[in-house]
Amino acid sequence: MPAGDEVMCAVGLKKSYDGRLVLDVERLGVRRGEVLAVLGPSGAGKTTLLRLLATLEEPSAGEVRFGDLVWAGRLSPADLLHWRRRLSFVPQNPVLFTGTVRFNVEMALALRGRDGPAASDEVEALLDRVGLLPLAGARAGSLSTGEAQRVCLARALVTRPDVLLFDEPTASLDPANVAIIEETLREAVRGWRPAVVIVTHNLFQARRVADRAALLVAGKLVEVGETDRLLDRPSDPRTAAFVRGEMVY
Amino acid sequence: MSRKGGPWLSAVSSWSELGGIILLSLAVSGTAVLLASAVGVPLGSLLGLSRFRGRPLVVRATYTLMGLPPTVAGLAVYMLLRAPGPLGGLGLIFTPAAMVIAQWVLVTPIIIGLVAAAVEDKDRRFRETAVLLGATPWQARLLVLREARPAVFAAVVAGLGRAMAEVGAVMLVGGNIRWETRVMTTAILLETRRGNFGDALVLGGVLLVIGFLLNSAIHRFQTGEG
Repeated sequence: MPAGDEVMCAVGLKKSYDGRLVLDVERLGVRRGEVLAVLGPSGAGKTTLLRLLATLEEPSAGEVRFGDLVWAGRLSPADLLHWRRRLSFVPQNPVLFTGTVRFNVEMALALRGRDGPAASDEVEALLDRVGLLPLAGARAGSLSTGEAQRVCLARALVTRPDVLLFDEPTASLDPANVAIIEETLREAVRGWRPAVVIVTHNLFQARRVADRAALLVAGKLVEVGETDRLLDRPSDPRTAAFVRGEMVY
Repeated sequence: MSRKGGPWLSAVSSWSELGGIILLSLAVSGTAVLLASAVGVPLGSLLGLSRFRGRPLVVRATYTLMGLPPTVAGLAVYMLLRAPGPLGGLGLIFTPAAMVIAQWVLVTPIIIGLVAAAVEDKDRRFRETAVLLGATPWQARLLVLREARPAVFAAVVAGLGRAMAEVGAVMLVGGNIRWETRVMTTAILLETRRGNFGDALVLGGVLLVIGFLLNSAIHRFQTGEG
């Protein structure tokens, strides 16, 4: 079980591909109601970490703990389903199913057997929050990238998960879409207090949304701390170099 | 051959004969494609969604069979259905049923291969999203198949095109018997052999128009567009 008020934590987590170690994290946890930004240059293992947390990858060693469950590469189908139904994942590139905007958001509830007027109200409230209620009946395929990512956000939030995982959610979006997504995320954290892990290249975004930040370099956790402290007064020279933009993103 | 009141083609004496040939073409190819879809869509979906030992070999074999020469398929069916053959007692040789079987043999691998490729492509993109949305493995598979629907339609249309255009297999097992097993492609072949190239081209044009109308109807059904 994760320590203290941590909802999810990685312990001794390693991942190798073809014998090449791409991730080696001794310990990293995220608490309830906390936003943890995972920073690092390209190829640092940030997305691999998120995929491990989401059980999309099997650890080569170590484990991820989420409540009473432990992901070390094997879980019963029921436990795996339980794990995945308690988290939401927003990828860098939005993936929407054929159908309307409303259908895509409702789907997350319908897969859990929740439908009817109450579910419909929740979907509408979230679409309204992300500014897409007028487009509820529009085909998902007709949306811009920013709109599609907002649908993904609404779909991720509608189930009120314990853990939210974001993989560069605003990497290719304009400032207006970024603002909507960040504000909606902040509201969610203030609301039911999910634990949030957000992978981002954007140090300004980390400062805006994250309580703590962690720097990954070449698969290793270099430094973890309060976001402002880590960005303003890094204790590791590699963090300082990253903040100064001296690492290839 | 009288051309009075007819479609002015040497191999086709009347409009009713031409209509019969067109209807038989549609009936044979349509039935073959329906039967091939009944087998090919589920098998292709299964192949696209499954990961099992030996799968690459099955995929390669399917792709190879997609290019099966019609004469080879026709010959195999002919050997099975001819009088001394294993299924000769059924009396199907030189009947439309034999032509359906031959086209089924040709079209089924095409539908399996195209459906498998389409489903596999969608699988990569949508299965992860589905499971992360809380789908059970079966719900995730159904969602992937739902996304592959347009490509499955395209696979069936490609199969229909192959069946309608095919001549070698139906000639071998049907025999191009006038009023019984003559279809558009075998009529075209007959005209060509007789040196009536103009008539062959006219029949080819009719075949293309039929194909266009069929594809338009399928497209309309699939998309709801005109």
